[in-house]
Amino acid sequence: MADNPLRLLIVDDEAPARRRLRDLLEDCATALPLVIIGEAQHGREALEMLQNAPVDLVLTDISMPDMDGVELARHLLKLSHPPVVIFTTAFHEHAVQAFELNAVDYLMKPIRVQRLLGALQKVPRLKPVSAEKLSQLPTTARRFLSVTERSRVVLVPVEDVVYLKAELKYITIRTSQREYLLEESLTRLETEFGARFVRVHRNCLAARDHIRGFERRQNDDGDAHWEVLLEGVQETLPVSRRQQFVVREMGRETAA
Amino acid sequence: MAAIIRQNPNPPTLPDFRNMGTILRILVAVNLGAAVVAFARTGHLSSAYAEWIEATTFVVPFLMLVLAVLWAASPWLSRLSFGVGAGMVALVTVVSGTLLFAVMDRLVPLPAGALARWIIFGLLTVAILLFYFRLRARALSPAITEARLQALQARIRPHFLFNSINAVISLVRSDPKRAEVALEDMADLFRVLMRDNRNLAPLEDEVELCRQYLALEQLRLGDRLTVDWNVKSMPGDALVPPLMLQPLLENAVYHGIEPSSKPGTVSINLFLSRGEVHAILKNPYRTTGGGHHSGNKMALANVRERLALHFDAEASLASRVTKDAYEVHIRIPYRTEAANSASGVPTVSGPIPGAEDDRQRGVSARLGLVETARG
Repeated sequence: MADNPLRLLIVDDEAPARRRLRDLLEDCATALPLVIIGEAQHGREALEMLQNAPVDLVLTDISMPDMDGVELARHLLKLSHPPVVIFTTAFHEHAVQAFELNAVDYLMKPIRVQRLLGALQKVPRLKPVSAEKLSQLPTTARRFLSVTERSRVVLVPVEDVVYLKAELKYITIRTSQREYLLEESLTRLETEFGARFVRVHRNCLAARDHIRGFERRQNDDGDAHWEVLLEGVQETLPVSRRQQFVVREMGRETAA
Repeated sequence: MAAIIRQNPNPPTLPDFRNMGTILRILVAVNLGAAVVAFARTGHLSSAYAEWIEATTFVVPFLMLVLAVLWAASPWLSRLSFGVGAGMVALVTVVSGTLLFAVMDRLVPLPAGALARWIIFGLLTVAILLFYFRLRARALSPAITEARLQALQARIRPHFLFNSINAVISLVRSDPKRAEVALEDMADLFRVLMRDNRNLAPLEDEVELCRQYLALEQLRLGDRLTVDWNVKSMPGDALVPPLMLQPLLENAVYHGIEPSSKPGTVSINLFLSRGEVHAILKNPYRTTGGGHHSGNKMALANVRERLALHFDAEASLASRVTKDAYEVHIRIPYRTEAANSASGVPTVSGPIPGAEDDRQRGVSARLGLVETARG
């Protein structure tokens, strides 16, 4: 038996579900030393709590308002010591099948104490589920992008993003306030967020909601190209020749 | 049990002559029939029109008279067997036709042989329409059974069932009394879900069921869910299809409350206005639902279909999205069991097996008694 007790966090939006899990964990505590460091009502709260108090295990519900369990797990990977995540779910249509397929650990609610104990005993041998696998799970688009700054995980609400620009190794996230650096693939982001962003250039996705209009500009070589004018930021984005159809499509929308 | 004993739950009956849908169908069919006859007699489109206009001067008053007599005699007719009832309808047609002819002949002399023609036209129409209504009833009765099956399947989302069970389990240690009440609510809910729901039941029973359902949701969601009941002027004795409101409230919670961590209000407004029962349900409308999508249409379509089966064109269900709320408005004719047992309106065919038991349950639930008898 490990000398250090297992540190864990409970995440669920329903108070009875949290209480039930706490009861069960207390039952397990005799067989396996553990400490419950807290309870969170949704993913965002959980992430906030974990910034200051690292844990070994997060037990999280899947469907929750504001930030669901799968999105939470993706953001947790950005922590310096990412915890193991075990999902709990009462019933989530086809989701369960996908969890099986990807060998992601989950517990079916109502949870039996033996199953819970079995899962807890496995934790020291488990590694956090990779971002790759998590993105395979059926989930809606993330509500936040997460970046690491000075060993803290910062959440950027997706609706605040004005544009995403790929530069060398990183992607620059631009909001009306400031810029952030993100380590992800632009193509993946494009598929994940679908209609929210439009590709205006090979290296750039602009948020449709933040596009104010387009402007024709003269190049030095005499040719002309379009620039995207954006809400909330001063700079403009060039539209590449291949993506010029976007101007026509969106121009019609803004004109209408 | 009831289902096994009642081998044939829907013996052939005459159509409900007080139903707007039935009346509308008869009006359209007879006028079209007159047009066809007019065309057949003249063979010309232009002269057929004049012939049709002329024919309607008799056909329309004739039709009105017959419909008025049938409307008045409807409660009595509905108690007869199909054969005898059909005979009575034919008799009504012949007598009204003859009387009307006598009156009109005195005002404007009519050609000889016209009476016989009209009586034949009338009887032929009666035969065709009764045959049509019987076919229609036959086509619809499996649909009623089907609707009941759908009621079982589409009603409670597994999501709700398992989350509720989980919520109740969480109460067992800390608050056993509340756990007991919650399990009783669940038992009542599932008793209604699993019984024969083909017959109409009083609105107050439906409201009681909805209260139990929402109590279970409240257990899970706590102060995220506020329920605003506006039922002071509701007609509790109005007969409604069972599970008319509960699935819609389930939608309201699932789509309006669960996707947000902010508290929201579901409001229920039931009232009587000009002989119609209105139910207006409202919930917050959230555009960024995050995974809560499908399923809404199914419950709406299911309730709408059952309303149509029970009330035909006299009921309606409309839904709309306002700036920040989703609203469903149901309108049904006000009918009560007392009025029905006096007149025997055939929309509720035969006795209502669960009704007695329901009323007792309603009372015991209101008194807070624990019901132990097996239904």
